[in-house]
Amino acid sequence: MLEILDDLDRWQTAGRRIAVARVVDIEGSGPRDPGAAMAVNEDGEVAGSVSGGCVEGAVVVEAMQLLDGDRGPGIVTFGFSDDEAFAVGLTCGGIIHLFIEELDW
Amino acid sequence: MGAVFDALRESLRTESPVALATVIDGPEAGAKLLVHQDGRQLGTLGSADLDRVVARDALAELESGRSGVRHYGASGEARQADLSVFIESHAARPQLVIFGAVDFTRALAAQGKLLGFRVTVCDAREVFATKRRFPMADEVVVDWPNRLLDRIGESLGPRDAVCVLTHDNKFDVPAVVSALSTRVGYIGAMGSRRTTDTRNERLLAEGVTADQLAKVMAPIGLDIGSRSPEETAVSIVAEIISTRTGHAAPNLKDRDGAIH
Repeated sequence: MLEILDDLDRWQTAGRRIAVARVVDIEGSGPRDPGAAMAVNEDGEVAGSVSGGCVEGAVVVEAMQLLDGDRGPGIVTFGFSDDEAFAVGLTCGGIIHLFIEELDW
Repeated sequence: MGAVFDALRESLRTESPVALATVIDGPEAGAKLLVHQDGRQLGTLGSADLDRVVARDALAELESGRSGVRHYGASGEARQADLSVFIESHAARPQLVIFGAVDFTRALAAQGKLLGFRVTVCDAREVFATKRRFPMADEVVVDWPNRLLDRIGESLGPRDAVCVLTHDNKFDVPAVVSALSTRVGYIGAMGSRRTTDTRNERLLAEGVTADQLAKVMAPIGLDIGSRSPEETAVSIVAEIISTRTGHAAPNLKDRDGAIH
């Protein structure tokens, strides 16, 4: 969170709405530990990361849906699955659980 | 923006340890409780009972620097899973205290910064212990090692490291003796095998026990054939990491033969 504070300050000063996704759990190997955070503002600008670049694109989609009111706050899971239920995966084979919410607290 | 985020931002900017608890699964998803190390709280997860239980767990997580998900009943009951709470710890940076303002210190301080340590360089000789020679250090202290440790020893814990690089028993021995009286997770001392043997004899004569001596990594570092200050710094931080994680690594201390 610390590394994205400057961006958050700038966006807030400019009056932008912001979605924040944080890694809350990792199964198997994952590139970032719980607590890693990424933020997306309503213009689609991005700060921080939650993986090694594997799932950031999909997080932006979830974040825009959240800010558009098409989804609520909640857990988003990315990772390997036998039934290929998840289209976006981590190259390291792990499963990553994110919590995504609007930064309105 | 709300009061909880403002308080979190203030704590992060001032490096004041804080834990943020968020309900991530349950009827109150998104509810927040911010817990400061001194016990002050802000926000609520939905009920006073839940807040009390989660605040206690958050302080324990903060102490060990861990972040993770925990499950509770609606009023904080253990062994129930009505809701999931993510506890995000923002602990103080681990500390790396380096005794001896030598060339190896410069490389080790830089390597420590890369790994996120708060780095302190300490040497009793004021011509060597200067901020100009160690601009990467968070703090440069001119003092005797044992006197610095008398002051800050209480703040050292399992995530922290003390490295003694002076190769001078006049400084090394009191530094190691003082470090052993703290809860610091790693103590290493630089020197050849002969220097190490001599130092160990002096330490035992000072009343250090064999068990305590076994905790001192000397010669410092892993046996990777490192030679330059920069390579040696890598072998030292790798040993600090392996000590913390408990993974087996080829410690110079446990081997015989040439260091280089």
